[in-house]
Amino acid sequence: MNPVLSVRQLEKRFGAVVAADALTLDIPAGQKISLIGANGAGKTTFVNMVTGYLKPDGGTILLDGMDIGRRSPRSTARLGISRSFQIPQLFVELTAAENLTVAISGIGTRMSLRAAAEAQGRRDKAVELLERFGLADLADRPISELAGGVRKLIDIAMALVRRPKLLLLDEPTSGVSAEEKFRTMDRVIHAVAPDAATIVFVEHDMEIVSRYADRVVAFYQGRILADGLPAEVLSNQEVRRYVTGGAR
Amino acid sequence: MRKDLHPLVMVALVAAVTLAGRALPTWTLSLATIAASNALIALGIVVLARTGNVSFGQGLFFAAGGYGVALIANAWGLNDAVAQVIVGAACGGLLGLVIGPLIARYTGIFFGMLTLALSMVFYGALVKSTALGGSDGFNVGRPSLFGMSFTDPREADFMLYAVSVIVTGFAGIAATILFRSEFGLASLAVRENNLRVEYLGLSANRMISINFLIAAIFAGASGAFALMAQRHIDPQFAYWTTSGEFVFVAVLAGNQSVAAVFVASMALELVRSFSNLYLPNTWQLVLGVFLLGVILFLPRGIGSLWIRGRRKRPTPAAAPLAAERGAAP
Amino acid sequence: MNFFLTIVLDGLIQASWLFIVALGLTLVFGVLKILNIAHGSFYALGAYVAATTVTMVAARGLPPSVGFVAMLLSVALIASAVGLLLERGLLKMFYGRDEVVLLLVTYAVFLILEDVTKLIWGVNPIYATQPYELFGNLEFAGLYYVGYDLVLIPISAAVGFAIWFGLNRTVIGKIVLAVIHNEEMSVSMGVRVNRVYAIAFAFGVLLAALAGALTAPKISMQPGLSSDVIILSFAIVVIGGLGSVEGAAVGAILVGLARAASVHLMPQAELFMIYLIMAAVLMFRPEGLFKRETARRI
Repeated sequence: MNPVLSVRQLEKRFGAVVAADALTLDIPAGQKISLIGANGAGKTTFVNMVTGYLKPDGGTILLDGMDIGRRSPRSTARLGISRSFQIPQLFVELTAAENLTVAISGIGTRMSLRAAAEAQGRRDKAVELLERFGLADLADRPISELAGGVRKLIDIAMALVRRPKLLLLDEPTSGVSAEEKFRTMDRVIHAVAPDAATIVFVEHDMEIVSRYADRVVAFYQGRILADGLPAEVLSNQEVRRYVTGGAR
Repeated sequence: MRKDLHPLVMVALVAAVTLAGRALPTWTLSLATIAASNALIALGIVVLARTGNVSFGQGLFFAAGGYGVALIANAWGLNDAVAQVIVGAACGGLLGLVIGPLIARYTGIFFGMLTLALSMVFYGALVKSTALGGSDGFNVGRPSLFGMSFTDPREADFMLYAVSVIVTGFAGIAATILFRSEFGLASLAVRENNLRVEYLGLSANRMISINFLIAAIFAGASGAFALMAQRHIDPQFAYWTTSGEFVFVAVLAGNQSVAAVFVASMALELVRSFSNLYLPNTWQLVLGVFLLGVILFLPRGIGSLWIRGRRKRPTPAAAPLAAERGAAP
Repeated sequence: MNFFLTIVLDGLIQASWLFIVALGLTLVFGVLKILNIAHGSFYALGAYVAATTVTMVAARGLPPSVGFVAMLLSVALIASAVGLLLERGLLKMFYGRDEVVLLLVTYAVFLILEDVTKLIWGVNPIYATQPYELFGNLEFAGLYYVGYDLVLIPISAAVGFAIWFGLNRTVIGKIVLAVIHNEEMSVSMGVRVNRVYAIAFAFGVLLAALAGALTAPKISMQPGLSSDVIILSFAIVVIGGLGSVEGAAVGAILVGLARAASVHLMPQAELFMIYLIMAAVLMFRPEGLFKRETARRI
C-alpha cells in the first residue's frame, strides 16, 4: 500500500544551519510515528515544510502520491493535513467555542452570512469537540483567560476539526501537566480513530513516545539518526548520545 | 450572544430617526446629514479594521465616488439622489475590487501606509489635472429625488437628510448582520492570527479583500453624499487629513458597536460646529484633546461604554483597532 | 546638459531641507518606534518661530546675518524645549501600547498644534525674506540661483554628517544605535532607555524645526504647511527605510530629483510621482531601500 506521506531527499538550510539534509522518509497510513531529536535538529522544520509553511530548498514531498512541496498551508489543510503548534496558535480575544467555530467554518467552500440558523449548528459542533477534551465548560471563556495547558488542548482540537488524514502534532504534551498528558494523548488517538488517521507527533517526553508511538524517528542535524520501534530507537547508542541523553 | 437587536427593530429605528428629521431645526438637519455620511465611511473603516487592517487612505474611494458622480451628473444630467449614491458606491467598489487583492497581503502599519500612499497618488493626480478643475475642483447642480426637484431649501435639506440616514442606516444593519455572521467571526480571527486562519483552510487575503471592498463601497457612497451636500468636488476629498478624520471617527467608536459609529460621528460634528461658533480656530484643538482622552480612558472606543466586555481584559487594553498576532510557530 | 544640471541642482536644493526633516522623522521612528504625524507641525513651528525672530531682529535695524543666526538659535532652543516637554509630559504615558495607538496620539498632537499655531500666528500668510538675500545670487550654466538656496546643500550635508558622526563615533551615539537595533537587549545591559527616548525625540523635533527655520525665508508661512510637509517626509522615510539615516539621505535625494524632474518635464506628475514611488517601495520592498537587518524570529 502506498505511504500516505513520502519525503524524498528533502533539503533545507538557514544560513549555516542545516535543518534538512537529504531527508528521506515514508509514512504508511494509520501509523503513529514520533519524531524525536534535540532542539534545532529539524523536527519542526520538517513539519513546517510538510504543511507548506516553509518551502524546501530541494527534494520532494508526496501526499498520497501527489506532490505538495510547493503548496501553501491553506492548500495542504484542504488536502487533509492538519497540525497543532508548539506555541498554541489561537484567536486570543475570541472564546474557545468561537475559535472552533472559525475552524469549522473553514470546511467547505463558502462561508455563510447567516448567523442565527447556522450559528447554533456550528456552535453545537464546537462545544462537542471541546467536550471530547473535557473543556466544554470553558466554551464561552476567551482564550486570553485560559491557562497554557488548556490552550494547548484547544490548539489540538482545532487541528482535529477537519478530520485530517494526516495529523502533525508539534510537542502536544509540552506545557500540559503530568497527570493530563496521558489523558490528552488518549483523547487525541481516540478522536482520530474513526478516520484511521496517521499521526506524526514531535515529542521530547520519552514516556509519551514509548507509550503511543508505533515507530520512532530520531533526527540529528537534519538527518535521520535512527528509525524503528520505540524500544530499539530509544536504546540506540547514538540516539542516547545526541538526543535523549543519559548513560553510555 | 447577548440580546442583540433584531434587524426589524433596527429598521424601525432608522425609520424613526428619518421621520424625526421633520421636527429638527435646519442646522441640526445639516449636521446630522454630514454626520450620517461620515458615519458611513467610518463604518467601512471599522469593518475592515476587524481584520486587523486600518486604512488611512479611504479618501481615495471617497474622492473616486465624488468625482465619478460629479462627472456623470454634469455630463448626463444624472441628478437623482439615489442614483448618485449608487454610482458613488459603484465607483468606490470598482476601485476597491481592483486594489483590495493587491494590498491584502500587507499587514499592520505597512497596509496603512500603502493605503495612505495610494490616496495621495490620487490626490496628486487630481490637483494637477486641469480637466477636472485642478485644486479648485468644480460644481454640480442640486440633486433631485425620483423626478421631484426641491426648490424650498428646507425640503431639499430634509430630502438629503432622509436619503443619507436611510442609506447609512441600512448600511449599518448590513454591517451588524455581517459582524454577527460566520464571515464576521472569521474576519476577527484574521486579525488575531492570520497564520492560523490559513492553516484552517481559509484564505485570509480573500477575507481581507472582501472587507476592503465593503469599505470602498461605503466610502464611494459617502463621497456621493458629500458631493450632494456641498454641490462641489475638489481634490481635498482625497487628501490625507480627510482620510484621517474618518479614521478618527472609527477610533472614537471602537470596533464592537455599529451604533457607536453614528454616535461618534455626530459627536464630532457637534464639537466642530460649536467650537467654530464660539471659539474659531479651535475645533482641531478640541478634537485632539478629545482623541487623547478617548485613547486614555476609553481604549476600546465609545462603543465600550455600552458593550460590556464579554471580552473583558485584566490589563489596560490597547486601542480598539490594535492588531494582535500570536507568536510565529 | 544644462537642462540636466538644472534638474540636478534643483533636486539637490529641494533634497537639502527634505533630508533634514526626514532625518528627524526617521530618527524618532528608529529609537521610539513611533511614526510621528506631528513631525510636520514641528517643521511649521520652526518656520513660524524663525519668521518671528527674523522680523523682530529686522525691526531693530540689525543686519540679516544677525537675523539668520538669531533664528537658528531661537528655533533650536524652543524646539528642544517643546520636544522634551512633549515626550516627558505626554508621549511617555502611552509607551508600550500598540503602534497604532501611538500613531493616533501623534495625530492628536498634530491636530492640537495646528490650532495652536493658528491661535498664535493667525491664519494669514507670513513672510520673513530678509535672510534670503544673505548670500547673493549666483549665475551658473546660464541660470540664476539664489545663493541662499545653494548654501542649503552644504548645510544639510553638514547636519547629516554631524548626525552620522554622532551616532557612529560617539559613545552616546552608539548607545542610541543599540536602542534602535535591539531595545530589549539594551535595557538588560543597563541602558537608561528613557533618557535615550527623550534625547532622540528632542533631536527629532529639533531637526524638523531646523528645516522649517532654514526654509522660512523662502516660503510663506500659513496653515496647511505642516500637513504638506509631514506627508512628504513620510514618503521619503518609507522609501529610504524606516529608521535608516542613509535611507533618509537617499530618499530625500530621490524625491528631490523626482520633483525637480517632474517640474521641468511633466508638471502634472510632480505631486503624485513621489507617492507612486512610495507605494511602489511599499509593495516591492516594504522595509525601504536600506533595510535594517532584523533577526529571524522563530
